Amino acid sequence: MNDYYLNQGLPKPVASPDGLDGPFWEAAQQGILKLQKCRGCGKFQWGPEWICHRCHSFDLGFSEVDASGRIYSYERVWHPVHPALKEQGAYLVVLVELPHADQVRMVGNLIGDAEQDVLIGSDVKAVYEHHPDDDPSHTLINWALTQ
Amino acid sequence: MTDIKTTSARTLRGQVAVVGVGETEYYKRGEAPDPEFKLALEAIVTACENAGISPTEIDGFTSYSNDRSDASRLAAALGIDDLRLANMQWGGGGGGGSAAIANASAAIATGGAECVVVFRALAQGQFGRFGQGPQRNTISGENAHTIPYGLMTPAQMFAMKVQRFMHDHGVEQAALRAISMASYHHAQHNPRAVMYGRPLTEEIYDESRWIVEPFHLYDCCQENDGAAAMILVSAERAKDFPHPPCYLLSAVSGSHHRAGAPVHNAPDYATSTFKTVAPRLYRMGGVEASDVDVLQSYENFTGGVMMSIVEHGFCHPDEVNEFFVNDRFLSPSGDLPLNTSGGNLAECYMHGLGLNIEAVRQIWGESTSQVNDAEVSMVISGPMVTPVSACIFGAESTI
Ligand SMILES: [Zn+2]
Repeated sequence: MNDYYLNQGLPKPVASPDGLDGPFWEAAQQGILKLQKCRGCGKFQWGPEWICHRCHSFDLGFSEVDASGRIYSYERVWHPVHPALKEQGAYLVVLVELPHADQVRMVGNLIGDAEQDVLIGSDVKAVYEHHPDDDPSHTLINWALTQ
Repeated sequence: MTDIKTTSARTLRGQVAVVGVGETEYYKRGEAPDPEFKLALEAIVTACENAGISPTEIDGFTSYSNDRSDASRLAAALGIDDLRLANMQWGGGGGGGSAAIANASAAIATGGAECVVVFRALAQGQFGRFGQGPQRNTISGENAHTIPYGLMTPAQMFAMKVQRFMHDHGVEQAALRAISMASYHHAQHNPRAVMYGRPLTEEIYDESRWIVEPFHLYDCCQENDGAAAMILVSAERAKDFPHPPCYLLSAVSGSHHRAGAPVHNAPDYATSTFKTVAPRLYRMGGVEASDVDVLQSYENFTGGVMMSIVEHGFCHPDEVNEFFVNDRFLSPSGDLPLNTSGGNLAECYMHGLGLNIEAVRQIWGESTSQVNDAEVSMVISGPMVTPVSACIFGAESTI
């Protein structure tokens, strides 16, 4: 048994070879949420890009963000589309909006009963799912309802 | 130079017509007896026969969704003397179906080509499926932010948008069901349809398994093998063909502000991507939603059809439950006959080009679920992707 939300065997995330999202994945392994932020206008954007869509600055970095947000949308998946999920049963994927990062959104799994009622707008906080012994090691960022 | 002249030169309205359509037999996914390229050739030759021309009269090819049947190889295989247009619309799914018609028409209207075939060919047994996740050890780029969480297929990508729209507007499952019912109803009249002889009831829909909420099995398109093609020429030339001309009134494509923002970050998220496109469609066509006699709307998933019908002005977003009732969408009696060949759900998933062909057949009076006196026939291609596209065909009376 392990504490992983999904059964093992899905493709593991690695930093993009062009370097665009490397700091995000490195920070995640340390239990920190870092997202891309423009040094020109001070706004966050996600997913990362080489230019700021607001001010067209190429001077972009990554900044730590309070890892809490609210559920913008969700879906309960039933049909397995990957061999690793054959025995999984239903699971929940949430799209989380981050008010501390200019409302950018992230995708993750919602921890807990897969058949729970999910309410759009609910507050959630990040839960880091570390896979240190995997090859390659990586960390997924999931979400749990804030009590 | 007067404004009027400039304006009239910058429209496709009435400048181009469809003179031939054709398709291969439609197969279940992986069951085509022939390779994809041969299917493309068969559909093109069939469309030429339908138009009464030799394939050597073709001087242009347009397609979309990274069709693998290369235009130069097609031109060589068909013995074409003077290839003048080889055009591919960017973007996946069926968002390019009507855009490929727009691109072909723009070339014809501006003297870049004379006789263009729009086509799409798919053989998934040969080349693999859409609805399966990737089986590999690692993933990078945008997909690394979704696939490890089990979000990896089109159904899973788009369920997220539809769920939010249904939440915002209180939409009930029966609205999606009505779309599926219409496609299956019409497929029972269409011997070409893969689901011909396999009718759907509300009970079967309700009891079908979830793929991903809010999509039941019957909310999701098939995956099929086959090919479809359509021949376009200038409006002047179109009068000399066996069919009455089916004029193009409008064809546009595009998407709204940052529709392609990665990892589900489009600011306006719960949309079929038509909010900026539909007004341009109607403006070029000189028609309104109330003028549309028959509608084909691409069903990748029923939720996209629902949002696209809203965004094309047929229904207010808060009145979906009242508007999306079975009878409205049935030909010929309903007031908005929808997907009259069976569409992607029940005729064939040829990335939607079958919908464009069906729209033309409605103008010609050749549909297996013919609408009475169809004069304005509209197609919505590939809701929820980016870019999307749409087109309107018109009978002689609309010109
Ligand atoms: Zn900026």
